[in-house]
Amino acid sequence: MTAVLSRPAPEPASAAAPRPSRRRPRGARAGRAGPVAYTLVVLTALVSVFPLYWTLVAGSHTNAEIAATPPPFLPNATFFENVSAALDQAPLGLAIVNSVIVAGCITVGTVLFCTLAGFAFAKLRFRGSGPLLGLVVGTMMVPTQLAVIPLFMMIAELQWVDSLQAVVLPTLVSAFGVFFMRQYLVTALPDELLEAGRVDGASTHRIFFSIVLPVARPAMAVLAMLTFLTAWNEFFWPIIALTAANPTVQVAIANLGSGYVPQRAVIMAGTLLGTLPVLVVFAFLGKQIVGGIMSGAVKG
Amino acid sequence: MTLADDSPRTLTATVEPAVTDPPAAVRPPRRRGPSLSRNRWGYAYVAPFFLVFGAFSLFPFLFTAWVSLHDARLSDIGGGEFVGLDNYAALLGNEFFWNALRNTITIGLLSTVPQLCLALGLAHLLHYKLRGRTFFRTVMLMPYATSIAAATLVFATLFGRDYGIINTALEAVGLDRIDWESGTLSSQVAIAVIVTWRWTGYNALIYLAAMQSIPGELYEAAEMDGASRWRQFVHVTIPSLRPTILFTVVVSTIGAVQLFGEPLLFGGNGATSGGGRNQYQTLGLLMYQQGWSNFNIGQAATTAWAMFLIILLVVGTAFGVGRLRARREGARR
Repeated sequence: MTAVLSRPAPEPASAAAPRPSRRRPRGARAGRAGPVAYTLVVLTALVSVFPLYWTLVAGSHTNAEIAATPPPFLPNATFFENVSAALDQAPLGLAIVNSVIVAGCITVGTVLFCTLAGFAFAKLRFRGSGPLLGLVVGTMMVPTQLAVIPLFMMIAELQWVDSLQAVVLPTLVSAFGVFFMRQYLVTALPDELLEAGRVDGASTHRIFFSIVLPVARPAMAVLAMLTFLTAWNEFFWPIIALTAANPTVQVAIANLGSGYVPQRAVIMAGTLLGTLPVLVVFAFLGKQIVGGIMSGAVKG
Repeated sequence: MTLADDSPRTLTATVEPAVTDPPAAVRPPRRRGPSLSRNRWGYAYVAPFFLVFGAFSLFPFLFTAWVSLHDARLSDIGGGEFVGLDNYAALLGNEFFWNALRNTITIGLLSTVPQLCLALGLAHLLHYKLRGRTFFRTVMLMPYATSIAAATLVFATLFGRDYGIINTALEAVGLDRIDWESGTLSSQVAIAVIVTWRWTGYNALIYLAAMQSIPGELYEAAEMDGASRWRQFVHVTIPSLRPTILFTVVVSTIGAVQLFGEPLLFGGNGATSGGGRNQYQTLGLLMYQQGWSNFNIGQAATTAWAMFLIILLVVGTAFGVGRLRARREGARR
C-alpha cells in the first residue's frame, strides 16, 4: 500500500473520473492490437463468462444429460422449473430482499462516514491525525478471522443472531473507504477553495456540505459501487451470524449447496438467481466500476 | 504493525507537498495552516467512523488476543479458564494446523502466482488500441462481481467427477477422468483455479491503470535504442510497475491467507473438514471448524492470531525485498 502511494499521483485530475481510458495520454505509444492480441483477449473474455453461462446450461439439464458427450451447450425451459425448486428449498426471495437491505445500508453508511473521515484526514489538521490514519491503513491487512469471535460474542449477547443488524453494523464502515476518500480529496479539493469559503465566513459544516461534497461526488459514487458489490458478496461473517431462516443471498446459496442429496441443477438455478441482481447492476454500471477500480489503483 | 507506523510518513512525505506547496509559497510560513488547519472539528468528522470502527474492528482484534489466552468455549466465550500460552503451544503441536498451513501456502502459491502473471499479460494486451475496449474490460471484471459462493458452486460443478464438463473434455481428448475433489493436488489446483478466475481481471485492470501512467518518453527512448517489444516490456514496463506489483502481491497474499469460502463449499456438503483427508483445509477453514464445529473458541482465536502473524511476516518480507531492490536499483543508476 505504501509503495503505491509513494509514487506521486501522475494525473490528479483523472483521480476518480469514471473513464480514465478515454483521455489516454500515452496512448500514442501503445500500438494497435494484432490478430494474436485479439484472439487472446477474446479467449480470456470467453473464459471469464463461460462459468456464468454454464450455470444457466447446467441449471436446465439433469445429471445424465449434462454428462453426455458432447454436452449440451444451450439452456432450456427446464431452468425455470429448477428455479422454482430452488425457491422451495431456500428462501431466495427473502434472501434477495435481505441482501438489498444489508448492502444498501452498508453502502450508505460507508460512503457517509468514510467521506466525513476522509475529508478530515485530507484537509483538517488535528493532533494525532497522522497516527490515526496510519492505524486505519494498518488494519487493512488484519484478517477478518481476527474479528469474528468477539463479534459473535457481541451479537449473541445482544440476541442479534439471525438479525440483519448483526451483518450491517460490523461492516458499516471500512478502512479502505476512508483511505480511498482521503486520497481522492487530497488532490481533488484545492486548499484555495476551502480558504475562500473560510474567508466568506462559512463554518466547517457549511464548507463540507457546499464545497467538499460536490467535489467528492465522483469518488463517492465509485466507493458506493465497490462497497455495494463487496457487501452483496460478503460471505464469511454472514455465514456465522445468520442461519438459513433469515439469510442473505450468499448464505442461502451456500445452504443450497450443502443439502444431503444435492441436486446440482437446482443448485445452479438458485445460484444464478442469486447472482442475477449483481449481473444486472454490472451490465448497467460495469463501465463505471471498471473506471473506479482503475482510478483507485493509480491512487493506491 | 510495521505498516501502520510506516504509512503516514510516506503519505505526508509524498502526497501532501504536491498539494500544499503552491499556497504555502504564497503566504508566510507561520500562517501555514490557517483556520482549517487548527480545526478541532477534525475529531467530530472522524468520530462516527471511529466509533463504529473501534467497536466492531479494533476492539474485536484485541479481544481475540485475550480470548486466545483462555480455554474458551462457544457456549461460554467470555468465561473459560486463563491458560496463558497453552493454546499457542497446542496449536504448534497440532498436526491439523500444520496441514492447514501447508495447504494454505500451496493453494496461495498456485493461485497468486498464475493470477498475477496472467493479469500482467492481460493488462499488456488491454493496453493495445483495441476495438470494444470497454466491453472487454467489463467482461473481464465479471468474475470479480461473482460472489465466492456462486463461483465455487459453479466450479464444483465444472470440476465434478461424473458430470463435470472438465472431465468430459479430458475424456474427449483421450485422457482419464480426474477425481478432482478427493485428490490432494487436484483439489488444491481446482480451488486455485476458482481464485484465479475471480481475481485475474481485477488485477489486470490495476496493472493496466499503472501502465497507462508510464511516461511515453521511456518507451521512445527504448525504441531509439532498438529495444524490441519484449525487451521494452521487461526493461521498461515491469520496472515501472514494480510498486503496483508489490501492492497486488501484498493484497493477494492477504486474501490467500484468509481463504475460506472456496474450500468450505468446494466439497459440496458444507463440511468444515476441507475434504475427507483435510486435503484442502485452509487456515481460515480450520479456524472456523475449531470455533463453530468443535466449539473451541480459544483455539480458534489462536489460529486467527497465527494467520495475522503470517500476514505480517509475508507483508514485511515483501516490503523489505521491495525496498532492498529499490535501493539496489538506485545505486546502479
